[in-house]
Amino acid sequence: MPVKSYREAITETLRQEMRRDKRVILMGEDIVGGMGGSSGVFEAAGGTFGVTAGLAAEFGRNRVIDTSITESAIVGAAGGAALTGLRPVAELMFIDFIGVCLDQILNQQAKFRYMFGGRCTVPVTIRTLMGAGYGAGPQHSASLHGMLASIAGIKVVTPSNAYDAKGLLATAIRDDDPVIFCEHKFLYGESCEVPDGEYLIPFGEANVTREGNQVTIVAFSRMVLLANKVADKLAKEGISVEVIDPRTASPLDKDSILESVEKTGRLVVIDEGGPYCGMASEIASLAACEAFESLKAPVQKITPPHTPVPASAELEQEWIPSLAKIERAVRATLSANL
Amino acid sequence: MAYDPLVLLDAYRRMRAIREFEERMRREVQAGTVPGFVHLYCGQEAVAVGMCMHLRDSDYIGSTHRGHGHCIAKGCDIGEMLLEIYCKQGGLCNGKGGSMHIADLRKGMLGANAIVGASPPIAVGAALSQKTLGTDGVAVSFIGDGASNQGTVAEALNMAAVLKLPMIFMYENNGYAEFTGAGYHLGGGQIAKRASGFGMPAEAVDGVDFFAVYDACARAVDRARRGEGPSAIEAIAMRWYGHFEGDMQLYRDPKEVDRLRANSDPLKKFEERATAEFGLQADELREIDEEITELIDDKVAIAIAAPKPPREALYTDVYGSY
Repeated sequence: MPVKSYREAITETLRQEMRRDKRVILMGEDIVGGMGGSSGVFEAAGGTFGVTAGLAAEFGRNRVIDTSITESAIVGAAGGAALTGLRPVAELMFIDFIGVCLDQILNQQAKFRYMFGGRCTVPVTIRTLMGAGYGAGPQHSASLHGMLASIAGIKVVTPSNAYDAKGLLATAIRDDDPVIFCEHKFLYGESCEVPDGEYLIPFGEANVTREGNQVTIVAFSRMVLLANKVADKLAKEGISVEVIDPRTASPLDKDSILESVEKTGRLVVIDEGGPYCGMASEIASLAACEAFESLKAPVQKITPPHTPVPASAELEQEWIPSLAKIERAVRATLSANL
Repeated sequence: MAYDPLVLLDAYRRMRAIREFEERMRREVQAGTVPGFVHLYCGQEAVAVGMCMHLRDSDYIGSTHRGHGHCIAKGCDIGEMLLEIYCKQGGLCNGKGGSMHIADLRKGMLGANAIVGASPPIAVGAALSQKTLGTDGVAVSFIGDGASNQGTVAEALNMAAVLKLPMIFMYENNGYAEFTGAGYHLGGGQIAKRASGFGMPAEAVDGVDFFAVYDACARAVDRARRGEGPSAIEAIAMRWYGHFEGDMQLYRDPKEVDRLRANSDPLKKFEERATAEFGLQADELREIDEEITELIDDKVAIAIAAPKPPREALYTDVYGSY
């Protein structure tokens, strides 16, 4: 099977979905790039991280639409187009920018179907970039999937590898509800086997990336990679760690998490979202509310601190959950007994 | 411009329906039968109707919190609207939208919207659909003077201009943004001038004069259908009632409304000219009045008596699938 990067897998999916359905359009800032410039270069960008490169050449600028830097218009128009016959994929360059256009998600797309009595579909996908580690500072580094997952009416997807990114993005584009598709900027270069053909991964179905029976780790997005590394390291010491990647923060595969916690009795949650009111708290709460009898140790939450993401490389590395912190948490939960 | 008498009768029927609907809602709010808030459209009837007379079901409009007039002008069923305002089963949104969120996609009505300034980007998306799907359809966004100050409106104007979309920005300057007068809140004072800054035709018209609105809308809609891009119209028509029904209106000279009723009634103005110049008979207009009154009596009674949504409806239609 061919090996592809997370970036390549996403580009390939966009191409396949656009070939498959003429109603799929892309819109965003510099997803082609070069309009109005003095060089005359047809594609000056292909997206800030090159994810949409080559698509305008195949599908034309009427389906791969460069916009001004107007997030409310991009996301809002994508919602309006979704109500009226298109299946738009809007790009929100960094998830932090959701602050500029949140109304169009929170009060509009998320509520259309409900407040219109079920008499519409809202097939819009918003691709966006999450995650710290680039030294991009407080306004280009956030992970807001947990905040977004709290909004009823939208779905939130957090692929952790290239294979999942392809299957989940195809599902997102074909889904009739608004989907926020959170790509982690640190995963673009990560590769794995990805089939050339189309396939779908259903939302709300977790992937067990490591099977084990002593400790359960639930991790999202890039944190799955760290969790896998810790699990592999501890396996050499005979510690059996199960790693669960929910893949979608909303809907959340509660059953897979609970099943694993009931088996291991020990839970570590790792998330790049914040320590309050985020996915880590949500999953800790899930275990406390629905698997209390199975817990043998307090749930460990590994998240960044309750601060913005700092620009300083040293501080940023301190901010991001590390392999060492995860390993310590796993050992701590193993040595604690309720 | 020549006016087909049948078109004029249709326009009168829609304006009368809006007036009767809103006056009745006003009395019902005062009687305490209506849940939530309603924002009445009296005084602005010629704006919605002057525009929507040019639109088909396949054209789209984005509306505002003051949306009843837009719905009626665009052809939404009055009975189903009333069921929705009363939050009853069979309402246009099955009782889950209410007055400020009435939508009917079958009629191209993209929703009233309780977030001031939220609908222009959505309507721009509908215009993008029309262009991408290769129709000659258009999209219209109704925008109050209050909303005109929101950044979303500037973003929508810009996108429509850059992408040359079949879009009309229909500003309704009704004199007040909630409790604050346009003389204070509107930087620069003239909304149409702002829109012309985006390189599109923009004109201000007397929004009380159906004929002036109708003519301006004809120019804008035709231009959009020809693929020549967006336009903006600022229709100036003061609202007769408060921001919402029940608003004490302490910001307003009580005589202002008396003057508006006497001198700026869009229906009276229409009738004067339509009978004097275009051959409509006062009798036939009175017949329409009676029909409308009867229709609304009927539909209000039905709405008040209709069953509430079942308890299970709370949980349905959040997602298509989840």
